[in-house]
Amino acid sequence: MMSEPILKIENLHVIYKTDESTVYAVNGVDLELFSGETLGLVGETGAGKTTTALSIMRLLPDKIGKVVHGSITLEGTDVLTATEADMRLLRGSTVSMIFQDPMTSLNPTITVGNQIGEVLYLHRPGISHADIEAGVDNILEMVGIPAGRKNDYPHQFSGGMKQRIVIAIALACEPKLLLADEPTTALDVTIQAQVLEMMNELKDKLDTSMILITHDLGVVAQTCDKVAIMYAGEIVEYGTAEDVFNGKNKHPYTKGLFGSIPDFTKKAYRLSPIEGLMPDPTDLPAGCKFHDRCPYCMDICRTQNAPAIREGSHMIRCHLMAAGGKGEAWE
Amino acid sequence: MLRYIMKRFLMMIPVILGITFIIFAIMNFTPGDPAKLILGEEATAEDVAKLRTELGLDDPFLVRFARYVINAVQGDFGTSYRNRQPVFNEIFDRFPTTFKVAFFGILIAVFIGVPIGILSAVKQYSIIDTISTIGAMLLTAMPGFFVGMLLILLFALKLNILPATGISSWKHFVLPSLAVASVTMATFIRMTRSTMLEVIRQDYVRTARAKGASESRIVFRHCLRNALLPIITVIGMNFAHQLGGTVMIEAVFAIPGLGSHMVTAVRQKDTPVVMASIIFVAVVAGLMNLLVDILYTYIDPRVKTQYTKG
Amino acid sequence: MSTAGKAKRRKRSQLSLIWFRFRKNKLAMLGLIIFLMMIFMAAYVSIFGDYEKAITMDMPNKLQTPSAAHLFGTDQFGRDILMRMMFGARISLSVGLLTMVLSLVVGSLIGAAAGYYGGKVDNLLMRIMDVFLAIPSTLLAISIVAALGQGMFNLLLATAVSQIPAFARVVRSAILTVKGQDYIEAARACGMRGGRIILRHILPNAMGPIIVQATLNIARTILGISSLSFVGLGISPPTPEWGSMLSEGKTMMRYYPHLILIPGAAIALAVMSLNLIGDGLRDALDPRLKN
Repeated sequence: MMSEPILKIENLHVIYKTDESTVYAVNGVDLELFSGETLGLVGETGAGKTTTALSIMRLLPDKIGKVVHGSITLEGTDVLTATEADMRLLRGSTVSMIFQDPMTSLNPTITVGNQIGEVLYLHRPGISHADIEAGVDNILEMVGIPAGRKNDYPHQFSGGMKQRIVIAIALACEPKLLLADEPTTALDVTIQAQVLEMMNELKDKLDTSMILITHDLGVVAQTCDKVAIMYAGEIVEYGTAEDVFNGKNKHPYTKGLFGSIPDFTKKAYRLSPIEGLMPDPTDLPAGCKFHDRCPYCMDICRTQNAPAIREGSHMIRCHLMAAGGKGEAWE
Repeated sequence: MLRYIMKRFLMMIPVILGITFIIFAIMNFTPGDPAKLILGEEATAEDVAKLRTELGLDDPFLVRFARYVINAVQGDFGTSYRNRQPVFNEIFDRFPTTFKVAFFGILIAVFIGVPIGILSAVKQYSIIDTISTIGAMLLTAMPGFFVGMLLILLFALKLNILPATGISSWKHFVLPSLAVASVTMATFIRMTRSTMLEVIRQDYVRTARAKGASESRIVFRHCLRNALLPIITVIGMNFAHQLGGTVMIEAVFAIPGLGSHMVTAVRQKDTPVVMASIIFVAVVAGLMNLLVDILYTYIDPRVKTQYTKG
Repeated sequence: MSTAGKAKRRKRSQLSLIWFRFRKNKLAMLGLIIFLMMIFMAAYVSIFGDYEKAITMDMPNKLQTPSAAHLFGTDQFGRDILMRMMFGARISLSVGLLTMVLSLVVGSLIGAAAGYYGGKVDNLLMRIMDVFLAIPSTLLAISIVAALGQGMFNLLLATAVSQIPAFARVVRSAILTVKGQDYIEAARACGMRGGRIILRHILPNAMGPIIVQATLNIARTILGISSLSFVGLGISPPTPEWGSMLSEGKTMMRYYPHLILIPGAAIALAVMSLNLIGDGLRDALDPRLKN
């Protein structure tokens, strides 16, 4: 018997509207996340991953970004209709977000200690000054930074350290849900692993659910329970890590993603990256959005949206699956 | 820090020397004979010739320039051709007046312009923003002396509540300060608005939002300090500029300030006074810039680290 | 289609994109319309009236308030204020444009040399520009006018000198940005010489900021000329010039405020329209800068 999910997103549509164009960033996303789970949200740049996360925080760019359809329920709160004051209470305490670039995510004129302490100050009404200090020391130690450095400013830290501080800010109030938007992309490869490992440990320790946004399938394989593959604002494949990595069927796009990774266990002469580019989000093609890059493209793909075909916990949005799963073009 | 200040002082020297050279050269081209100016129109040719030799006016240009610089370094900037007084006497007499007008003008401009700029940025595209943008646009387009005339027309001539000209009481400083404030205020509004808008878009502001901070907290705690750097630069630059005395505003309000002093000196070919005034203004501006840079270190910890290192 | 043809088409479509963005900016369009009207007025004012009438005294008709015969009234010498204002546009705009061209050419050359050659040349030139920037611009202009004597050309020169550093800076920084890019390296690899690279490749790409600076500079010059005329060092009476009209009207403004309101409004309108165009162009050229 499953309990209520912490996060439930239904049929989410988000657009960015400027004077000159309308970007269809998210086009009907459904997601569910249960306590303690980690979901990997995978896709190319511009697939709508960050937009999905920002919608959960309700921090889409003012006046430009807009949720046009769908619902987001977070811990029983309807995010899209909640008042701004209610949202402020949720942000930083129930749900936190780690942004991509630690270099610019910290305020250069405030000490790191005060930046971490601010979250405690905002979400623990009546907390004493001494308790804030103690809390800051504690969380700094947790992310592996000596508490003695809390009076330093961000520019005095290295990139990896800064990201640890950003993580400390995000976890200071022990949130139920952590949204990590490519938390290690901006870091050196050697530090990436360290930071990721630390995040995982803390997440388990604090029993936090996490959505990990990444385009690194290796990271997903290491850390995630569930995986959602996003393409042009849609989830094209969804399932447990086992389903997606070892399942007998794959979405052609997922196949392409795997083809882009060097596999040293096989003797191959070249990688097989996906041909072409993601469609222009201001002018999405009719039918399946992947059809013009798909090696198995059929006539129906050009005209009709691909149906979501479920097999147990595994979902694939593809006409091929509807056509019987293992058609001659499939494997 | 002290080493940095010393370095900045040393860096001012070539600039001041360059200014001295340019003004010296321009004044050199100005028609008219200083010796005649000193002795009056009725002076005999011999007297004029004698004084010219005495003043060294017949020496080649570069010799005269070198002599001027050597004397100036020793603190001797010469005497006015007009009244034979040391040039700094009158400069120091007039500076407090200019300083008051400039100081109050900038003060008014800062206290009105900066908050309006912040509000305008925070409420971007609102009615407040539109009004303040249009207001700033109008003020930028109007010459300060025209605003001064309008102020006189309204407050002195029509309403008769403030004096139009002179400097004998604090009331006399109100209208000139407002005139100075009008143009600079427009600059401050525009500058504050655009820097605030830039800061509001920074990633760390999004981080603050993600923490659950309120809008006012975001503006005052997270944005303002970061936006202050360019704003302070502009304030300092405008203040320095006003300290040179604004010729036009002084003309409108009949204020005996530095600006009108310099214009009179230029027209009378009173070279020592012109030279000394311009050097004075340049030094004041240089010091002002230095002051602003020192203020930086208290606002932005990054700048401080940079200076204490070097 | 040939590559050159494609490049040309892209160029044109970029221009039309800039125009599209500019056109959507209502304030900028307002500025453009006002400015075009002023240019039209300055160019064709002779159709509406006689220049002689604008400068010869007509004492019986002095200090008239606005009427059908004199739409904006007359000044203390009986001259039609509307006529004087319109002929004043001719002076302000032409001096403004000429000053801009002069400081643009000199400033761009200095900036281009500094940016392109870098090193010692850059250092020397920019320090000289710093010195010019450190002298209060009004004062520099006044000294130059005093040295060279009053007159239209000297006024032009005097205002141009203090505007040169601004252009030099803009061009220099534009060139420094463009310089590092690959196609400049490619041109150099093809054996193009320095001056030619600047003319053919760098300047066209630095055009945006230069145009914006130029627009704002005309506005600044118009303010500068009127200021100088106001203190009696610019255009001398009876030539109709907005600044000297303000100066003449000053003594009478208590009873005849229109003497100063009309020329003051003319200055404000001209400067504002140019500022609006400049801001609009900047946003249209680089939408990322838009607030």
